[in-house]
Amino acid sequence: MTLADNGSRTRIVQSRHWGQWVSGSIIVALVVAFVSAIATNESIRWEVIAQNLTYPTILSGLWTTIWLTIVSMVVGVIGGILVAVMRMSNNVVLYAVAGAYTWFFRGTPLLVQLLLWYNLALFFPRLGFGAASIDTNVLITPAVAALLALALNEAAYMAEIVRGGILAVQNGQREAGAALGMPNTAIMVRIVLPQAMKVIVPPSGNELITLLKMTSLVAVIGAGDLLTNAQYIGTRDFTPMEMLLVATVWYLLLTTVATCGQYLLEQRLLRGTHLQPKRSLTRQVMRNFTPDRVRS
Amino acid sequence: MTESPQPARLMVDARNIYKSYGSVEVLKDVSLQVKPGEVTCVLGPSGGGKSTLLRCLNHLEKPDDGTITIDGELIGYRRNNDVLHELGNRAISRQREDIGMVFQSFNLFPHMTALQNITEAPGRIRREPKVQREAHAQSLLAQVGLGDKGGRYPSQLSGGQQQRVAIARALAMRPKVMLFDEPTSALDPELVGEVLDVMRRLAASGVTMVVVTHEIGFAREVADNVVFMDHGVVVETGAPERVFDAPEHQRTTEFLSRVLK
Repeated sequence: MTLADNGSRTRIVQSRHWGQWVSGSIIVALVVAFVSAIATNESIRWEVIAQNLTYPTILSGLWTTIWLTIVSMVVGVIGGILVAVMRMSNNVVLYAVAGAYTWFFRGTPLLVQLLLWYNLALFFPRLGFGAASIDTNVLITPAVAALLALALNEAAYMAEIVRGGILAVQNGQREAGAALGMPNTAIMVRIVLPQAMKVIVPPSGNELITLLKMTSLVAVIGAGDLLTNAQYIGTRDFTPMEMLLVATVWYLLLTTVATCGQYLLEQRLLRGTHLQPKRSLTRQVMRNFTPDRVRS
Repeated sequence: MTESPQPARLMVDARNIYKSYGSVEVLKDVSLQVKPGEVTCVLGPSGGGKSTLLRCLNHLEKPDDGTITIDGELIGYRRNNDVLHELGNRAISRQREDIGMVFQSFNLFPHMTALQNITEAPGRIRREPKVQREAHAQSLLAQVGLGDKGGRYPSQLSGGQQQRVAIARALAMRPKVMLFDEPTSALDPELVGEVLDVMRRLAASGVTMVVVTHEIGFAREVADNVVFMDHGVVVETGAPERVFDAPEHQRTTEFLSRVLK
C-alpha cells in the first residue's frame, strides 16, 4: 500500500506465482507416490528392519563408526592446524613438506589410501628398527588402517580450511601483537587462531558430516563399522536391502545430530558478532523451505 | 664484542635510513633524533614516508640501509664489527617490548575485553601475576578516562574509546618510547579531541613520543620538535614555532598553506 499523489491509497495486488503452485504440487505428488511405493513395497520386510535396528552387531558397528569419526576428526583438526602453520612458515623445508603432504592426501581417493594402509605389510613386512620391530600385520589391523587413512586424509583437507581462516584475520592484528613484543607463536595461538575460528568452524562442520559418511568406505577392508556389519548380517540372513535401510536410518540419525551440534557450536563461537545465527534451529530449518518473497 | 650500555643522550637515533618497495624509493637517507622525554611530530603529505619511518623504528619494516638505535640499543640487528646480523624473532620481540605503538586503525583484539587487551602482553610475555597486571590495567584505563569500561568488548566501544584503550594497551608494557601512527586519522572529528587529550597528558608526564599526525594544532602545542617529510626525505626539522611560522623551504610552505586553509 502506498500513498498516491492525490492522497488516496493505491491497491497493490501481489503476483500469484501460479507456476510455483503448479510445479510444487506436481513435485509433492511425486514425492508422495515415491514414499508410498516404498512403504507398501512387498519386497521390503519392514519388520526385519525394525528388529535389526538395535541388534547388537549393528550397535557395535554403530559405535565403531562413531569413534572412528570422532578420533579421525580430532586428529584431522590438530594435524590440519600443524600443516597449515607449516605451510605459512618462512622455513622452506616446512613449507615444502606441508605442500607435499596436502598434495598427496588430497590428490588420491580416500578408498585408495585406505587400501594402501591396509596392505602396508606388502611394502614393509616389519615396522621398526632391528630388534625393536613389530610384524606389520599385527600392528595394522583393519581398524588401525581405517583410522590412519581417515585421519591423515582429513588433516589434509582441514589444513586448507585452517589456512583460509588464518589468512582471513587482518594483518593489523599480527602487527599489534608484534608491536607489543609478542613472539610469533604467541601471536598465532592467542590472537590469530581464536579469530580464525569464525571462518574455520562452519566448513569444519561440513567436514565432520562428510567424514561420518566416508567412514562407510572402511567396509571394503571389513573394519567392523556400521556398513560392514549391516552387510555381514544382510548376507547371512539373505536380507541385504533391509540391512542397507537399517544402516541408512542410523546414518541419517547421526548426520542430523551432527548438524544440530554444528549449529549450536556456531552459535556459541560466533556469540556477539554479526555472523551469529539468531534464530532457533526449527526456525532456521523452516527458513530454508520458505521462498524469498515470503521471508521478512 | 659487545658494547657496554652507556647512558644514551638520545632515546631514538635513526641514521641514514633507506627503504624501497621494489623500484619505489620510500625513504632516502632519512635521519631522526629524539631526546628522552621529547615529543617529535612527523608531518607531511601522504606517501611521504612518515609511516614507513615510524614502522622502521620498531622493525615492523626492515630498512634497506641505515641504523636505528633506541636507548642505546641497536634495533633489529646484532653488530659484529662492521657487519650487521639480523636478529631472530624472539630477540626482536624482546626489543619491541620497550617500544609502544598505537595504530591508525586501533587494532584491538576483538575477542578480548578492553581489560584483557591490556593485560594480554604483560601476562603472556612478562608473566606478571594476575592481580598485579589487572590492577595496572585498571589504573591505565582510568588514566585514559575509561575506568568503568574494562569489561566491554572493542565492538561495544566508540572509535575514540577504542584508540584510548589501544594507548593504554601500549603503555601497559612500560615502554621507553611511544610511537603513534596517525592515531586520530580514522576517527570522527568529534572523537579526535578525547584521544589528543590523552596524548597531551602523556606528553606532559614526560613520555618520549614520536607522533605521525595531520593535527597541526596538536603539533604546535605539544611537540618539542617537528619534522616535515615529503617524497621520502626530511625537508626540514625544528621547533614548531619556527617550522610553522617561518618555514625555510618552499615545499613546507605549500604543505602548510594547503593544510591550514
